[in-house]
Amino acid sequence: MPSRPPNQRSIAWLQATPFTLVFVLFLVLPLALVAAVSFWHATDYELMPAFSAQNYIDVFKGCGDFSGDLCVTLKTYLSTFKFCALVWAITLVIGFTLAYFLAFHVRSVGAQTFLFLLCTVPFWTSNVIRMISWLPLLGRNGVVNQALQGVGLIDTPIEWLLFSNFSVVLAFVHLYTMFMIVPIFNSMMRIDRSLIEAAADSGASGWQTVWNVVVPLSRTGIIIGSIFVVTIVMGDFVTIGVMGGQQIASVGKIIQVQTSYLQFPMAAANAVILLIITLMMIWGLTRVADIRKEL
Amino acid sequence: MTMPSTNRSTQRPPAFYWLAAAFALFVLFLYGPMLTIFVLSFQGPEGGLTFPMRGFSVHWFKQLWEGMGVVDIAAAFQRSLGLGIVVMLLTVLFSLGAGLAFRKRFKGSTLLFYTAVASLIMPSIVVSLGIGLQFRLIDTGIKTVLAAIGMQTLADSFGTAMGLYSSALGAHMSWTLPFGLLVMLAVFNRFNPAFEEAAADLGATPWQSFRHVVLPLIAPSLVGVGMFGFTLSWDEIARTSQAIGDVNTLPLELQGLTATVTTPAIYALGTVITVVSFAVMGATLALMKFLGRRKARASAA
Repeated sequence: MPSRPPNQRSIAWLQATPFTLVFVLFLVLPLALVAAVSFWHATDYELMPAFSAQNYIDVFKGCGDFSGDLCVTLKTYLSTFKFCALVWAITLVIGFTLAYFLAFHVRSVGAQTFLFLLCTVPFWTSNVIRMISWLPLLGRNGVVNQALQGVGLIDTPIEWLLFSNFSVVLAFVHLYTMFMIVPIFNSMMRIDRSLIEAAADSGASGWQTVWNVVVPLSRTGIIIGSIFVVTIVMGDFVTIGVMGGQQIASVGKIIQVQTSYLQFPMAAANAVILLIITLMMIWGLTRVADIRKEL
Repeated sequence: MTMPSTNRSTQRPPAFYWLAAAFALFVLFLYGPMLTIFVLSFQGPEGGLTFPMRGFSVHWFKQLWEGMGVVDIAAAFQRSLGLGIVVMLLTVLFSLGAGLAFRKRFKGSTLLFYTAVASLIMPSIVVSLGIGLQFRLIDTGIKTVLAAIGMQTLADSFGTAMGLYSSALGAHMSWTLPFGLLVMLAVFNRFNPAFEEAAADLGATPWQSFRHVVLPLIAPSLVGVGMFGFTLSWDEIARTSQAIGDVNTLPLELQGLTATVTTPAIYALGTVITVVSFAVMGATLALMKFLGRRKARASAA
């Protein structure tokens, strides 16, 4: 280690200042405000500082009553959890399979890089465009319905292909499988290849090797990918909005709608609850593996 | 099933073919829909939102440029382009600063790192709501102050501090900087300090060693960070949605149009936006290659 002049530390501070300021001004402060405003009152045109739990009580209005229908909040969370679980499972299976193929079956580094880029390029293009690109395929007169009718499998167009739970899950998988592929691939590339050979030499079948060697050793990547997918789906309102034809509820959408009606304290209370639940899910996931190893 | 064997046989295991087929299907799934709207954006003037193609024309692109209803696409395009370029430059600058700082392990670096990671996984709607609230309170504050110092007319005419280069810029930076930092950390993790030590031994000042040794070596990665900055900003919706003032960015306009537009013009818009994304990616790759080659030549010399 070269010896450092005493002003090294202040230089480091100076270099990190703009970066730090952005997060103080546009992350920490806004989040603190959300937490604070969730206890405020509001009239139609004014926010009034207060300290009241009324917004939280309103969020859970009717939720103590288990005899009839579920309250709106619980129903919405259940629906969001359902999307979350489905999308997580599907992206995990697809992401793991593709990463496994890339890491263990593609032999040349050039091909590996090219195929990896092929998977990630769409991420750098617009999500909304990738969503609307399903319209000509899934619509009433879309390619899928035309094809199915053409071969005589169905008489009338299938309606649930678009603006439905199906199209929402499809779009999520389409948009976010990349978040699984990249970290899992990353983890797999660090697996010592001799372990795989050792497993085969000891008589493990292909499946056994994958399940008992590859899966445990790519656990960190799986967890990182899962955190991305879970947090994205939990807070989503754009995908569910566009692909659900603005008809399907989600927690993010509630917050968005309340904000557009200027009901800031209610939106803030919902945001705090969403944040707490998401953080608990992340905490649960990090119990499974130490993700710091990967960073 | 398999073995990633590099020795033994060159014969592929059967699993290879199954997995390759799955991979090919996934690539089709990724790019197929995109290709569909690319083709459909050249739909003839009589054509609709789905196949068949009724002729082949640039009719919908023309219509797009003339404006769609109340939405001025060309203006939104320029706004997003401007914002994207500013976000790109600031992302490179701030990430580079932070990357250099993290090499020295300053106090609070762990906290800063986790804050950046938190920003990456924080539900965007929550951040957006927070920034929106923040600027609303700033507006109230400004109006109160203006009224208090007797400039009532100015206070009345004051709209909002929210805007493209205030709230939206901040929202975008909170999204692009974590990516920038992760890239810089990866770059400096692999960076060999021997180069700088050699420069110092030869009498270079810290600035000279940065300018002539470190910077050329990391230049390709900085270009990559710039691309992250631009493309992420160019397509950002969730974080900007509640934190934008009177005028929208292009993706926000597009999102609004999905509900109302029923002509292929929306596909034309999609094609235009995607072409910009691809152009930026292509330029980035070319520039990275160029800088990499120059580096290789310099080190060979």
